[in-house]
Amino acid sequence: MANTPDYSWPPEDKRKVIGTSPQRLDGPQKSSGRAKYSSDMNPKGMLFGLYLTSPYAYARLKSIDTGEAERSPGVRAVHVAAKAGTEMPWQGFEIAAVAADTEEQARDAVRKIKVEYEVLPHLVKDDDLAKAGTRARQGGETVTGDPDQAMKDAEVVSEGQYGFAVVTHCCLEPHGQVVQWVPGNDPSGANDHVTVWPSTQNVSGYAGSLGTNIKVPATNIKVRMDYIGGGFGSKFTPDAWGVVGANLSKQAGGRPVKLYLERSTELMIAGNRPSAYGKITVAGKKDGTITAWTYQGWGSGGFTPVPPPDQPYIFTRVPNSRRNRTGIALNGGSQRAWRAPGNQAASFLTCCAIEDFAHKAGKDPLEVFKLNAQYAPEARVDTYRFQLDKAAELAEWKTLWHPRGEGGGGTVKRGMGIGVAAWNGLGHASQCRAVINTDGSVSIEIDSQDLGTGTKTIITQVAAETFGLALNQVKLVIGNNDLPPDGGSGGSTTVGGVSTSTRKATVNALDKLFAAVAPDLGATPDQLEAVDAHIRVKGSPNKSLTWVAACRKLTSSISEMGTYNGRQQDTAGLATGGAAGAQIADVSVDTETGIVKMNRYVAVQDCGMVINPRLAESQVYGAVIMGISTALFEERIMDQETGKYLNPDMEFYKLAGIADIGNIVVHMDIRPENDKRGVIGLGEPPAVPICAAVSNAVANAIGVRVPQIPLTPDRVLAALERRNA
Amino acid sequence: MSSKKDPELPVQPKSGFSRRGFIRGVGIGSGVLGTTGLLPKEAAAAPGAAVVGPGPVAMTLTINGKPVNLTAEPRVTLLDAMRNYLDLTGAKRVCDRGTCGACTVLINGKSVYSCTTLAIDAQGKKIETIEGLPVNNPVSAAFVNHDGQQCGYCTPGFVMAAHGFLREHPNPTEADVEHGLCGNLCRCGTYMGVRKAVVEAAKGMKGGSNG
Repeated sequence: MANTPDYSWPPEDKRKVIGTSPQRLDGPQKSSGRAKYSSDMNPKGMLFGLYLTSPYAYARLKSIDTGEAERSPGVRAVHVAAKAGTEMPWQGFEIAAVAADTEEQARDAVRKIKVEYEVLPHLVKDDDLAKAGTRARQGGETVTGDPDQAMKDAEVVSEGQYGFAVVTHCCLEPHGQVVQWVPGNDPSGANDHVTVWPSTQNVSGYAGSLGTNIKVPATNIKVRMDYIGGGFGSKFTPDAWGVVGANLSKQAGGRPVKLYLERSTELMIAGNRPSAYGKITVAGKKDGTITAWTYQGWGSGGFTPVPPPDQPYIFTRVPNSRRNRTGIALNGGSQRAWRAPGNQAASFLTCCAIEDFAHKAGKDPLEVFKLNAQYAPEARVDTYRFQLDKAAELAEWKTLWHPRGEGGGGTVKRGMGIGVAAWNGLGHASQCRAVINTDGSVSIEIDSQDLGTGTKTIITQVAAETFGLALNQVKLVIGNNDLPPDGGSGGSTTVGGVSTSTRKATVNALDKLFAAVAPDLGATPDQLEAVDAHIRVKGSPNKSLTWVAACRKLTSSISEMGTYNGRQQDTAGLATGGAAGAQIADVSVDTETGIVKMNRYVAVQDCGMVINPRLAESQVYGAVIMGISTALFEERIMDQETGKYLNPDMEFYKLAGIADIGNIVVHMDIRPENDKRGVIGLGEPPAVPICAAVSNAVANAIGVRVPQIPLTPDRVLAALERRNA
Repeated sequence: MSSKKDPELPVQPKSGFSRRGFIRGVGIGSGVLGTTGLLPKEAAAAPGAAVVGPGPVAMTLTINGKPVNLTAEPRVTLLDAMRNYLDLTGAKRVCDRGTCGACTVLINGKSVYSCTTLAIDAQGKKIETIEGLPVNNPVSAAFVNHDGQQCGYCTPGFVMAAHGFLREHPNPTEADVEHGLCGNLCRCGTYMGVRKAVVEAAKGMKGGSNG
């Protein structure tokens, strides 16, 4: 047994559990309301925490007086987060928090905190670069080839400006936690104990981060999370509220404190997808070949200026280009990773500019995208062409597409548009422990989290496959920092990480079991296999032991680790990165009301080996629906006059509803060459191109580009008015 | 918390502000509100009517067929009463202003946003929450079967809204479901599964109990 075990996935025709679609294992708990999210925890003696936040876009805190709040009924602790002199560069900035016996008392107390502000000049809008003044930070210029000459030589030149709104994560479970900090008898904090139920995408990273901030060793911090109500990239750290909540608990003598952001605060400070604007010129030949690209891009990720992503997206080998990017310091909450960070904006800018170029050249954009796929990374050129054709077939492109503006004779115009996506998503570092007990029971232990992606189900499927057991014979424990550590769930890295570590741990454990029972079966360990809850000799099915009988021969339980360090060269072929996708939107636009209606949306997605097709499809549906929501409805609306965020609530920060999404067709590109690549994460890749595809479809329908998303009726009507002027 | 000791006779706040005072003020000072029929019951009842609050008062709610007692301020919503006072956490607080439906319960058989219903006003009414349904009720089971949930935070609200909807529309099409459940929002994007789940649940409930 000195050789490295064979961890590779079973060949397709031997898989019994992988590739099947059992229901998500925690489905009944969730759909019956029995699932306890962190925000549902009500430990004994719990206090309710609440923040006071800054009402101004930009202000300096002159003074704060918490005396009356401290004396308010029911108040057990008041924590000042922003001391006098603090600059507060966005509305919603955390000033102080109180903890009280009831939530109502906490509300009353927060109102009694007296704060004097010195209001500072603000900038809250960035759609016009010329108005950014000193808030703009030039990011320098990048030149490839000779763009000036290529522009002169071009047969077709297309220019456009495109804008991409700030949208917020709007996780339905707000950011926050229930936390209990029980002080010990050592002033250094060495004997303090903290128990925290966070809403986090990174359970195993939580204790170290919180511990550093509150000076309690991570060994004394218990982190527990069974369910999380959405993250989408915004919930990776304990955040300021984790630290403030803990401090409130300590101040209150160790009573647990529930501190979750109110919806308005959530929408102001708990993360957003940054804006991106671009003036883009695309030049090329009459046949649709692009030869040059210029880009002046700007945008904002909040007070720290972050420039928008580079251009062009995917088609990075366009031979001649000039790109300038500028970040703008805005008085708005900070950006956070938002489901394929950077890629959505990049895809939107690129795909809109290509569609406009195709129109200018008088070509079918499908052909122009395929032709210019020559500029995609070499290994992906054929994949994009295949996927574009597949998407076109499913969307009935050849029948339904028409040149721009010829969307029918009535007032409702139909149109179609294309978007393309890329994402890496290699697995994150992950450790898993597989335990086989002498009674045949099996547990898999891994400090991961299931964001609703189906991680629990996937891990269990992988273990059941290795052991030849049914799903209900495998007990899975996650979301508990006593378990082996697993990375944060971001960047579509979870499935690659957990499936690799789980496969390795279960193969290692099974090898131990084989070694233990081989003599009884008159075979060598390498002659054994685990199938249908039996350990049997390959080729001799009658020489077998039931799983339980085999385990009873153990003198002690088997406990084996599987580790994966997150590097491509160490995946043992189980996982990889690099997914591509092509999507087509089919919309109808009412030219009298400006309302855009989704007819059909086709998503073709390359995803490597699929462990659970049903859950994989759900991921794509979800990504597309979220994308439709941002393409048509979502926008953080700021008022430059007052500096106010005008819609920090779910009434006016609009999410797509069940009637807004049309029909969605998902095609998983699971050709054998993709299956062989191993597992690839799927949370982000299909979320990338929706804004592009929908914007292109609307331009195709009404004959003019609506320059900014979301494509709200007022913007659609304004674009029509400009066209008709 | 002196008022907790004697919920029948809540202590008046020092400011003298009370609901009755507020209503009087509206009647005298505001031509806009005073004549529009807003708060008609309270306005009519104001002279001599018992004032409740603002301190905690004893209430009895009938939840899932059982009387439940709690002491809470009159401003406490039904949602907060359930989540903060009764440890009934199936209904979620998401928008807290009657937009998203994550807090949906049934009151006298109708879907209601519990975040915009005062607990004190829900007394004497039949309140049904997701905790009153079996884990495997037809709607919840159909949500599992069609994967109409991801993070699951909106799901209990959807399930309760679907129960309310199906009582009035026992044979819905997917288009009917879109119309009937448009008062609930999901962030993960599970609507494809939800549509199918509700139609299937309707079929499963034919001739049987309504959950």
